[in-house]
This record gives sequence, C-alpha cells and structure tokens, in this order.
Amino acid sequence: MSEVSLTVNGRRVSASVEDRTLLVHFLREHIGLTGTHVGCDTSQCGACVVHVDGKAMKSCSMLAAQASGSDVVTIEGLTDGGDLHPVQAAFKEHHGLQCGFCTPGMIMTTVDMIARHPEGLDEATVRAELEGNICRCTGYHNIVKAVLAASKTMSKVSKGKTKKAA
Amino acid sequence: MGIEGVGARVSRKEDKRFITGSGRYVDDMVVPGMKHAMFVRSPHAHAQIKKIEVKAAQAMPGVIGVLTGKELKADGIGNLICGWMIHSKDGSPMKMGAWSPLAVDKVRYVGDAVVIVVADTKAQARDAAEAVEITYKELRAVTDASKAMDKGAPQIHPEAENNLIFDWDIGNADETAAAFKKAAHVVKMDVINNRLVPNAMEPRAALGHYDKAEDHYTCWTTSQNPHVARLVMSAFYNVAPENKLRVIAPDVGGGFGSKIYIYPEELVCLWASKKTGVPVKWVADRTESFLTDAHGRDHHTHAEMAFDKDHKILGFKVETKANLGAYMSLFSSATPTYLYATLLSGQYDIPAIHANVKAIYTNTAPVDAYRGAGRPEAAYLVERMMEVSARQFGVSPAELRRKNFIKAFPHQTPVIMCYDAGDFATSLDTAMKAADYAGFEKRREKAKKDGKLRGMGFSCYIEACGIAPSAAVGSLGAGVGLWESAEVRVNAVGTIEVLTGSHSHGQGHETTFAQLVAERLSVPLDSISIVHGDTDKVQMGMGTYGSRSGAVGMSAIVKALDKVEAKAKKIAAHLMEADEADIVIENGALKVAGTDKNVPWFQMALAAYTAHNLPGGMEPGLKETAFYDPANFTFPAGCYICEVEIDPDTGQTDIVQFVAADDFGNIINPMIVEGQVHGGVTQGIGQAILEGANYDASGQLLTASYMDYTMPRAGDVPSYKLSTSNTPSPSNPLGIKGCGEAGAIGAPPAVINAITDAIGTENLTMPATPQKVWAAIRSAKH
Repeated sequence: MSEVSLTVNGRRVSASVEDRTLLVHFLREHIGLTGTHVGCDTSQCGACVVHVDGKAMKSCSMLAAQASGSDVVTIEGLTDGGDLHPVQAAFKEHHGLQCGFCTPGMIMTTVDMIARHPEGLDEATVRAELEGNICRCTGYHNIVKAVLAASKTMSKVSKGKTKKAA
Repeated sequence: MGIEGVGARVSRKEDKRFITGSGRYVDDMVVPGMKHAMFVRSPHAHAQIKKIEVKAAQAMPGVIGVLTGKELKADGIGNLICGWMIHSKDGSPMKMGAWSPLAVDKVRYVGDAVVIVVADTKAQARDAAEAVEITYKELRAVTDASKAMDKGAPQIHPEAENNLIFDWDIGNADETAAAFKKAAHVVKMDVINNRLVPNAMEPRAALGHYDKAEDHYTCWTTSQNPHVARLVMSAFYNVAPENKLRVIAPDVGGGFGSKIYIYPEELVCLWASKKTGVPVKWVADRTESFLTDAHGRDHHTHAEMAFDKDHKILGFKVETKANLGAYMSLFSSATPTYLYATLLSGQYDIPAIHANVKAIYTNTAPVDAYRGAGRPEAAYLVERMMEVSARQFGVSPAELRRKNFIKAFPHQTPVIMCYDAGDFATSLDTAMKAADYAGFEKRREKAKKDGKLRGMGFSCYIEACGIAPSAAVGSLGAGVGLWESAEVRVNAVGTIEVLTGSHSHGQGHETTFAQLVAERLSVPLDSISIVHGDTDKVQMGMGTYGSRSGAVGMSAIVKALDKVEAKAKKIAAHLMEADEADIVIENGALKVAGTDKNVPWFQMALAAYTAHNLPGGMEPGLKETAFYDPANFTFPAGCYICEVEIDPDTGQTDIVQFVAADDFGNIINPMIVEGQVHGGVTQGIGQAILEGANYDASGQLLTASYMDYTMPRAGDVPSYKLSTSNTPSPSNPLGIKGCGEAGAIGAPPAVINAITDAIGTENLTMPATPQKVWAAIRSAKH
C-alpha cells in the first residue's frame, strides 16, 4: 500500500491506496471526482487530462503515489464555484461538445494550451496540439472554433489586467 | 421563430453539466454494496471448451463469485437473438445459430465471454479472472466472408450450413437482365466496404442490481434504447418480467449504433447480482470494446451498371457478401438488406435493379448497424460507380449524375422505397459553387507545379431515415414496431416536462425538443425539461438510431402538444367566457384574438389543477400522451465534394477542402444540425483514409487499441464548409428528414473519388492509407 497526500482542487486529501492505483482511479474512486473520464487503456484518448502542478497530464499515465505532494486540478475545480471558465464558456457557445465524455479532458488540455501560447493560437497549432485528445462526436470543427475563441477572450482579459497593473 | 423557438441557434441546455464535470455516466454510478466484474474471454477465434476450472480464482482475495455459462443456463437465462427475420430467396428462414451470453461448449470469436468474476475491487476481479483456467481445443478459424463459404472452410454454427445465414434477393432479376441486353455500355466494379469499430468515447458499461426484498432488478446501462433493452431482456432472455425490471440509460457517451443492442454483459451482470447477492458493475476496457462492441460495414460487392448510348442508366446488378461475424446481433440481418439494398437506386432514375445479398458467419466480432448502417455501403457503391463510369465515358462526373437524377416526386424506385421529396440538382449546384468547381483545374495545375497531385471527388448520397412505419417494417420481418411515444406534463405553475422514448447521447434533445415546446406554447426554454432514458419514468419508447429522433420522436411530441394545446384553449376560453376557436397562444399567454383579453399560461395551468372553475365535465390536470407512427421513411440527401492534395513521394493525403450541401427538411436548431454533419463527415473521412478493423488469418484482432486503430484526430481533418437547401418532408408534421447519419454516409465516396481522381487509378481500397496510396501511384505508373 502507498500513503498519498495531495491537494485536489484546493483541498488536502490523504489516503492509503494500493501501489498500482492510477491517479485517475484515485480521483474517480477514492475521492469521488467523476468528471475525469477513462476512455482508453493506452493513454491515447485524453479523456482523463487533469492539471498536475499547473501542467496538463493524462491522469491514467501516472500513479497516485507519483502525484503525492502535488497540486492537482480537475474539471470540477477549474472555477471556484462561480462563473464558467472562459474555456468552458467557449465550448458551450461554439457547440464544442456533444456526448460530453471527452469534454473534461478537452477543456483541461485547452486551458493548458492557451497558457503555453500567450502569443495566441492559429487553427493549425490548435489541431496539432489536440493530437492527444480524441473526440468521436464533433469532428473537431467546433472544438477548434471554441479553443480559438477562448484564446482570444483570455488574451483580452490578460491584456486588460496588464494595462490595469501598468 | 422566436429567439428560443424552432429554427433558432440556441446553445445547449445540457452543456453545463458536461463542461463542469457533472455528467453522470454509468461508470459514475455507485450503489451501496456495489462490487466489480471482469469477464474471462476467449483468446481463440474458434475452439471447443474442454474444461473450466474456477477453484483457484474463487480462492483469490476479495472474490465473491466466479460464474459460468452452465450455471446461467441452469437458471433459464435465454440465448441472445436477432430481432429481424429475413427469408432467403428460396423462402427459408435465416439460419440463426445459438448465442449463449456465456459460452458453454464452444467459443466463436476472440472476446467471446466465458466466465464472469465478481470481486470487491476491479483490480481483484482482474487478478482472479487471470486465475480461471480454461482448457480449449483450438479449431481452424475463418474471418473473411469471401472465404467462409468455400469448400472445407470451418463450420461455425451447426444451424448454418457453409456459414450461410441467408441468401436474399431484392428487385427484379429478369427486368434487370433485359436492361443489360439493351446496354451500350456496362461498367463493372468490385468494391470492399471496410470493417469499422464504432468507438463511442464512453466504453460500454452495465450495473446490475437485484433487490431481493422486492424481487426487482435495476440495470444501469450504456444504451441508446433502454425500453428496447427491457423488452428484449424480459421477453427473450428471461431475466425478469417487465414490471420487475427497470432499465436506466443515464448520460451516455456516444453510441453511433453500437449501443442499440443488448449484449451479454448487461444481462449477465443482472443475473450475477441475483446469484451473488451484491450489485455488480462492469465497465469495458477500450480493448474489450474493440473486441466485443458490434462492428460495422464489412461488405464484399460485385456490381455492374448498364447505360444506354447517351449515358442514361438502364439497370444495376449487385451481389454482396456481408460478414455478420460470429453471432447474429440484434438488428444485424436488417443492416445489409432493408437498410442497404433499398437505397441502391441512389439519387437516380434507374428502371431496373436486382441485388443479391449473402449474409455469412465468420470467427469475428458480431457486425451490426454503425452510423448509417447499410446506407453508407449503398452510397459508397453507387457513388463510386457513378464517378468511375463518368471517367470511363470521358464525361464530367457532375453532369453524368445530373443527367440521371430523379427530378419528379413522389418517385417509386425498383427497390421498395418511394422517395417523397427532394431537389438533387440544387444540392449539386450549391456544392459545386461552394467548392469553386470552376477554379479547380487552376488549383490542380498549381499543385502539379509544386509536385503534388490534386483531385476532386463527388458524392450525391441519399438515405432513408425516420425509421420507420411499423406495419411496413413488420411486413419486412422486424420484430418490433418503430413508432415513438411522448408525454407532455404541464405542471400547476405552468412549467413543463416532456417525457420521450427517444434517447439523447450527444444529439442535444434536451435543447431541440424544448425549442419545439417553447415555440408551440410560447413559454420560456428554461421552464421546459426533457426526461428520457428511464423505463420507470417514461412510458414505452423505441429509442434513438437511424436518424429517427427528430422525424419520429418529435412528431410524437407534436401530437401530445396538439392535445395539450386543445385542452389549454378550452380552459382559457372558459375562464374568459370566449369561444375556444378565438384563442391564440402568444407571449406566454392565451389570448382572445383581436382583443386585450388574456389569461397568462401559468394561470391557465393553475386553473387546470385547482379545478375550481373548469368547463363542465372536464377532467382536472393537464397532461397528455401520444404515440406517433410515421407514414413513410424520410429521405435526407445531398451533395458532398472533397478536394485532396497528395504527396506522391509519401502517399500522404491532405484533405484541402470538404463541402457538404445537405437537404434535411425543416431544421429545429442549425447549430446542432451542423454539429451532426461535422461528426458524421469526420467518421466518413475516418472510414475512407484512416480506420479499418483487421483480423489476421487465425482470428486475432490486430487493431484492438488506439495504438493500432487509427481514429481521426483533429489534425487529420479540415474545417468544413456546410450549407443546406431544404425541401420539407411531407411525411411528418414537422417536415423533418433527419441529419444524424448523413455525414458518415456521404463522405467516404467523396474522399475516395477525390483520391482516385488525383492518382489516376481506381485500384484503391479503404482505408486509403499513405502506404496504399503510395503503392497505387507506383502501380499506376508501371
């Protein structure tokens, strides 16, 4: 057994888990956060993407024990209960989801992608960056639109903040 | 149209739970005392089971039960069945072999379930499953339908001699032969429609809970049609009578056909729950999904088309071998017959058609309906034939099609269908304009200068949706009627619940169905809730597949709304002492037309429930039910144009543009319709250039993970150019035709026609991978 202790969505959690417990199973089964999904068993589909210490991570590709001491954010913790995150809002506005199963992973990947591209995104970059997230419903068309729209919104927001700070 | 009513681009009511991680899928369900199941599956494609030894597994940590097919049979659980009877041309019924939910004597494909293990945790169940010892005697296997009828091929079921399930004919053989005698040109083709795995992103799952005190079962399952699941499990599999079995399909993560059927796992979980005394949950691994979800397509076809000297089509002859896999899945017999060969007339006026379909057992996963279901196979055949014929004649593919289009409706084809509305030339013109057809040769020249091969391909597809008139499908062998039901409940404060037998697993019914009600009753969208997916809440329904939820499911809601509206107007007229014929519903109120007199909607609803002042003899309350049985199929159609650029050095295909011009009849929410087309086209592009389920000769599935089976990724497809030019369907009250499957039906021929145009050879099979395209380019040069 492994003792794991980590922060999930701002809350400290500790548990004793089987050594082989994956982070995704820890999140879903031990602390009941079922928004993170399991869509494959080869780390291809991306339905399980969460943020570990600020980086997008497929939570099926690491053990819960490896995440011990980390700060994990899941789809449930993307906002602190208030309005939708701009990426969530963009997925809704642009119909970037249908069955919703891949959506949490798509959104967590997108938040990370936008953070890594403060200069902005173009369609080719978005499509290349979504390599690790599979969607069977949308044909990606509206996901790409949503990501580009969110990227624009967030760069406006951050520019606004910079101006204020100046 | 209001801002929330019919035709409005309303964002989806269901989105909030999905984007915040609050969706509830079967794997998210937890019930007290719940345990976990793993299935022990056959590693062999074809083998006799000599011995099953479970003692070691039973002794493993956390194990609650290890159960076999013998125990299942002893408890009277029935075999799985195919629910659509097809008769061979000699009049004999189809030869259905037995499919035991857990194999007893023999396994027939890799993945065939043999034993269920129930344990405290999934990991413990997995460990124990590995400790089950099964002794097999391996038999020779056959996976290719074109070889399964050969002399000496292994016999899969004793009931089906030479593995032939049925040998079925449609159309008129004599008239077709006569047409060929008159022909100036005959074009011949052999076409393979590649086997696909549906791959809904949510793997299949089931949670069975037997309540001993109530002698009652609950099954949470990933189903497109929970009521059909309950009906079949009650009536045929002997799980429990319907009143003792509740089936719930909560949020379901995509279906594409693969979640229509009742599989062994859900009924074994229900039975195992009774047997072990604990609720039993099973969730498929992705590899299990690849191995055991019903696959799609897998046709081998020879076709010949006869033309007169002016290139008018005279006749069409088709011979198809359809691989149905190791067992007959629930609707497997309908897919390569009435969903396929009835569409062989395409968009064209063809005087004589004859098709023969042989359905064949092989040692592969069962094959059934996958998005489009038979219609993609028909469209691919017809549209490849049109393109190849045009090239052989040296005429424009667009003009050959235009010359042969059906131009007057209704049009009776020689293969059952009566097309009731359409405008094929407008879709063709729209697509050609959107694709800048006129500028294509310039683009081709420029590509050539850059060392690239550029090609353009057309596809003018038609499909039959709105499935389906019950008496008609009954006469063709269906075991069920294909109507739909609806119940509209107006609450005392005027809010509304609509209970529907349709099931939403991505289609957005919670929004579109509510838009219909908002339009009709002039109430806010937020005051309307759509309830579906639970046999305890919703009366009998037939579910969602075959692009039927708009045309059939919403038509049932219209019928219920008619009744609600009539009663509401009677109440309002009574309250205002007016004539009910003068009452109109506008801006949230029932008004006396041409006056200021009105009763707000909520006040009328309250009056219905207080019942203090209702018209004499009227029952209190405001709740109405309707069943709608469609008058005809609907016929969505359209024109797709694909333009590709190919690197001759690598064989890599780049889809540089994809244009879709569809005719879906009337549209409730254009945003949702476009989303359906985007997804369907992407699955069609997947079939054309990426996806293929491949078995080796011994029956091992070589493409059983996302490492091996190429799913379309964002970088594989372009953004699409869509438009619609709609002729309303005359066969239902909303004029809806359906849009869910069009993309997957229309796209593959457009893509392959474009690639073959670019590389100058027709010698190419799907998926047209870079390797195949490269080899085809090389072979064309020599």
